[in-house]
Amino acid sequence: MADIKIDIVAPERQLLSAEADSVSVPGTEGYFTVMGEHAPMMSMLKPGFITVVTDDRPDIYYVRGGFAEVSPEGLVILAEEAQPIREFDRPRIETAIQEARDAMVAAETDRDKWGAELVVISLENLLIEAATLEPGSIAH
Amino acid sequence: MPSLKDLKNRISSVRSTQKITKAMQMVAAAKFKRAEEAAEAARPYATRMAAMTRALGIDYAGRPDLPKLLAGTGSDRTHLLIVMTAERGLCGGFNSSIARMARDHANRLIAAGKTVKIMTIGKKGNDVLRRLFKDRIVETITLRDVRQIGYANAEALGEKIVARFAAGEFDVATLFYSRFNSVISQEPTALQIIPAYVDEGENEVLSYEFEPSEHGILAEILPRNINVQIFAALLENGAGEMGAKMSAMDSATRNAGDMIDKLTLSYNRRRQAQITKELIEIISGAEAL
Repeated sequence: MADIKIDIVAPERQLLSAEADSVSVPGTEGYFTVMGEHAPMMSMLKPGFITVVTDDRPDIYYVRGGFAEVSPEGLVILAEEAQPIREFDRPRIETAIQEARDAMVAAETDRDKWGAELVVISLENLLIEAATLEPGSIAH
Repeated sequence: MPSLKDLKNRISSVRSTQKITKAMQMVAAAKFKRAEEAAEAARPYATRMAAMTRALGIDYAGRPDLPKLLAGTGSDRTHLLIVMTAERGLCGGFNSSIARMARDHANRLIAAGKTVKIMTIGKKGNDVLRRLFKDRIVETITLRDVRQIGYANAEALGEKIVARFAAGEFDVATLFYSRFNSVISQEPTALQIIPAYVDEGENEVLSYEFEPSEHGILAEILPRNINVQIFAALLENGAGEMGAKMSAMDSATRNAGDMIDKLTLSYNRRRQAQITKELIEIISGAEAL
């Protein structure tokens, strides 16, 4: 099985550049998993989690939307905003949820409202997910 | 001939100038570190984004329903030059080299009979270009109050540009900024951002699959690409400005040092000459007795 080259970049920095066995990506049409020699594709991302699996060990990143491109060179994630979830802690997620809720109330168009709602949902998932992950990965 | 007192005053004046340039160099060095890191960190995203837009352009080329941001309006009559410079001077030839490149480009376009509009971001470029192209400047933006450039600044600028494009004010937009190579080398660069796709031949066509749809992705990615390129350019400029300021202030400090040495030498010479003169006067006075 071929490895896939994965790059996760956010506007301010490059988060990851590595080889992985498989990568799950939150596409707007649903999660999809990319492995080596995947056909070229481009997808928009919705807020959610990228799971990078290397040697059966998952490494999880939170993204807040962006784009994914699969080409023969590998998978490139251009995230609007991304964070490895080990960098999150509970108060920060809670603040982020509150901010997203405020944005949802303040949104003028349905589209913005929907976008903000997705962020809220994904962050709430992050909170739930955080509890199930290996203990100590997120500070309570 | 300057008197001893004059020389002394000049030495102390040069010395205080040297203190200022030295302090400015140190401030620039401190800011430079951060600016350089920010510029380097933002580079991968901008390059990837440009590459992705380009891949979309190749895939899309030749189709009838091309978005205008990608393929242009079909004409190239009106050009918008977006000239990004620093807000402050005292950084060597940094600002003038960007302004010069934009000026040459504008003159070439004017000579070719095109309409040129100029948007300046940063005070220094505006100072230079206003003198030459007063009535062609459509907007001046300063980022003087911005302490640290964030993506939001670039987003605001990008929105302005896209709005002007949507209003049909221009066909082609080019960004002028300085690419940061090192402290001593910044390279003025012109980057065409609208239309985003330029046919350069040698296109490897990959048949991508799109989710949700090619149009949907394009509608999102094109304005975003503009913001990202502006953001990267702002950061490159930031690092370049501080680098240029560092080396300009470093040579200023060194020159001031040379000048102090020279002035001190002539001060000492004059002092010695005066002492000798006084001695001669005393001795010859004593002899006359």
